[in-house]
Amino acid sequence: MKIHKYDTVIVGAGGAGMRAAIESTKRSRTAVLTKLYPTRSHTGAAQGGMAAALANVEEDNWEWHTFDTIKGGDYLVDQDAAEILAKEAIDAVLDLEKMGLPFNRTPDGTIDQRRFGGHSRNHGEAPVRRSCYAADRTGHMILQTLYQNCVKEGVEFFNEFYVLDQLITEVDGIKKSAGVVAYELATGEIHVFQAKSVIYASGGTGKFFKVTSNAHTLTGDGQAACYRRGLPLEDMEFFQFHPTGIWRMGILLTEGARGEGGILRNKDGERFMEKYAPVMKDLASRDVVSRSIYTEIREGRGCGPEGDHVYLDLTHLPPEQLDAKLPDITEFARTYLGIEPYTDPIPIQPTAHYAMGGIPTNVEGEVLADNDTVVPGLYAAGEVACVSVHGANRLGTNSLLDINVFGRRAGIAAAEYAQKADFVELPEDPASLVVEQVERLRNSTGTERVAELRKELQETMDANVMVFRTEQTIKTAVEKIAELRERYKNVSIQDKGKRFNTDLLEAVELGNLLDLAEVMAVSALARKESRGGHYREDFPNRDDVNFMRHTMAYREVDAAGNDSIRLDYKPVVQTRYQPMERKY
Amino acid sequence: MATPTLEKVDSAAQEASPYITVVFRIRRFNPEVSAEATWQDFAVEIDPKERVLDGLHKIKWDQDGSLTFRRSCAHGICGSDAMRINGKNRLACKTLIKDINPSKPITVEPIKGLTVLKDLVVDMEPFFQAYRDVMPFLITKGNEPTRERLQSAEDRERFDDTTKCILCAACTSSCPVFWNDGQYFGPAAIVNAHRFIFDSRDEAGEQRLEILNDKDGVWRCRTTFNCTDACPRGIEVTKAIQEVKRALITRRF
Ligand SMILES: Cc1cc2nc3c(=O)[nH]c(=O)nc-3n(C[C@H](O)[C@H](O)[C@H](O)COP(=O)(O)OP(=O)(O)OC[C@H]3O[C@@H](n4cnc5c(N)ncnc54)[C@H](O)[C@@H]3O)c2cc1C
Ligand code: FES
Repeated sequence: MKIHKYDTVIVGAGGAGMRAAIESTKRSRTAVLTKLYPTRSHTGAAQGGMAAALANVEEDNWEWHTFDTIKGGDYLVDQDAAEILAKEAIDAVLDLEKMGLPFNRTPDGTIDQRRFGGHSRNHGEAPVRRSCYAADRTGHMILQTLYQNCVKEGVEFFNEFYVLDQLITEVDGIKKSAGVVAYELATGEIHVFQAKSVIYASGGTGKFFKVTSNAHTLTGDGQAACYRRGLPLEDMEFFQFHPTGIWRMGILLTEGARGEGGILRNKDGERFMEKYAPVMKDLASRDVVSRSIYTEIREGRGCGPEGDHVYLDLTHLPPEQLDAKLPDITEFARTYLGIEPYTDPIPIQPTAHYAMGGIPTNVEGEVLADNDTVVPGLYAAGEVACVSVHGANRLGTNSLLDINVFGRRAGIAAAEYAQKADFVELPEDPASLVVEQVERLRNSTGTERVAELRKELQETMDANVMVFRTEQTIKTAVEKIAELRERYKNVSIQDKGKRFNTDLLEAVELGNLLDLAEVMAVSALARKESRGGHYREDFPNRDDVNFMRHTMAYREVDAAGNDSIRLDYKPVVQTRYQPMERKY
Repeated sequence: MATPTLEKVDSAAQEASPYITVVFRIRRFNPEVSAEATWQDFAVEIDPKERVLDGLHKIKWDQDGSLTFRRSCAHGICGSDAMRINGKNRLACKTLIKDINPSKPITVEPIKGLTVLKDLVVDMEPFFQAYRDVMPFLITKGNEPTRERLQSAEDRERFDDTTKCILCAACTSSCPVFWNDGQYFGPAAIVNAHRFIFDSRDEAGEQRLEILNDKDGVWRCRTTFNCTDACPRGIEVTKAIQEVKRALITRRF
């Protein structure tokens, strides 16, 4: 075991982690621990754009953006945070441009902007061009630009280090962050990083679904590490299902395709979104479009012999426009489906995409231990966190924005805290939990296989807690997950070595997915209403009287060592927007 | 009713099973076990429309958990899984079984010219070091404007091709010059220098050209086009290298 000491440790090198690192490296001695090489992070997969009311191509302002964000989130958004997001968006985009990001340009040479779902002019009048983009590779450009600037600033990376535990020490009755424990992939060695501040920027948890746009590595490690140490997870029942994933594969086809004029059609060729969202049509918010697609499928208007998908039609758009604005997604259709999007519609279905919930923080990125107490020295930003700017449903292009705005804020706040704070003493035997976990898996002779349990988990999640949920389906999922967690105790791996043991790490990641899936299902069961991405067929309406509040899920362990989930609730911060019915 | 899933498809598919048996012949190496690398065959039932990466996963998940490779996004964006497949550098996640003649064993080896650490995993550090050496970041002088720097659509287009690089190393590790001399910067680093040299906003083109004028720099390129063939993003790598050479001669870019 090795012990390292840094002022600031950042967990993750996606957009949020690297944006934080650029700030904190200037202000404090910083280490970035990342399980992937930074440029492998899933921020690179983002396609469509990053929202900011630059008003480069038409009238726009940040107040409209704030409103759209709150409405898009079905009023579960903390309105103070949304206002910061929309206001700071403009500088966040300009900062990236100055760092070198090659945005698409208008004829005047300014940053070009395009339409995206849920972003509107003057509180819902008509779609507005707010998404700043670089073809359909905006995430790639953000990730590359941030990495380039990390190289410039000399940011210190520990690549292929998996953070598996969060260290917390109680000082005078206050829980404080003391550091993290990491597992080095190359050698199997365990490292303890003592740090004055720790920032989690470890991304989402989409891999508990089967059809998903998320990478294999998005397994919620950061959420799980904090949760197991008794910290709450907020709004985990809210998961976004993006309307347009490639049929059966889940690979994303950006909403920018509809922003450029693409149309969804059922088997009769009908533009069905006109029925469900007369104003915004195909560009209504994602939860609305995904439900509409499944309604078409259920009512027998799906496409193909099984009637299990619909079409994204781009055939009416000029090939030059597709080549210039959507080169990557058209190539995905050609590579993975053998379809030519110039002439043929693309089969799509909703795909599990984005975790609205996560580690609760305030607007400075400080992690909350309960509804209002912060954990000194602990921060989170990006998809791992819940500020909450996305509420019950995130608007497209607001996440690339979130990682930049709150990544930057967390980087500054963590470094400034580290400048004035002292190191917190490490707990006794700090690596014990990780050592025990790794040894147990390596030495287990159990009969359960990781791949089988993961498959069963993903199937139950897709079948029971996806776009439509009922008490009965959620209960089925809860029971199945409990069974899988029990069987997980009997899991074994084949690779017993120390060097690049990805067999072992897949087992660890599965453990995280199982814990988080349980939190999601239990939180969903208790929320007896429909709001944003959480749709209960048995409670189809939003219920502001009982459920205008954030879920806070805590892990509790009884004397016998059995764990359970305790749910609590936190009020939503409302400033100037009164909840209204959501229409698009 | 729950969300409709695709279970039904499987039952329909049973009638005319799309699955075929494919042999993967994989270069195995694990210094914890043996100092020698060996070939190992695995037979896998797979739909030919699936990816080579799906095949590797089936082996790892169902047959031999110790098979080791890097991967993340699974759709050609993150650059984790460049490997030699039937003797050519490709991304495993972007190569469909049906496109590489599955009637014969499919050979899978690590990319060449970088030290193999285990199975298909190589040491990427020298590769990233060469990248860092070309100063891969925008350098500007003078005061920053309050708004964005202006750039015409044409000027933006000038370096578009080289912005697509995902640093997968498929090009560099397909280059015979790089195999023989690991000191050579290699195509990927030159591509990333090109991305800034031809960016109208950048003001350090001269400095970068000097770096590439080095004995291990751009002049080592012998224009074999392996790199262009290998690039999974379709970047015209050789052309970019030629443009850098020309800029070195004319000092215009
Ligand atoms: C296909 C796709 C398209 C998208 N398009 C858009 C879009 O157009 N606009 C938009 O706004 N949003 C989009 N999103 C959402 C957005 O891209 C993501 O939410 C965002 O990029 C997440 O960034 P992040 O920095 O939080 O996490 P990530 O980029 O996922 O990075 C996570 C980092 O954490 C590290 N990590 C994870 N676990 C550990 C661990 N245990 N130890 C150490 N390190 C760890 C990883 O190595 C990685 O570096 C899209 C998402 C997807 C999947
Ligand atoms: S797994 Fe990301 S490029 Fe292949």
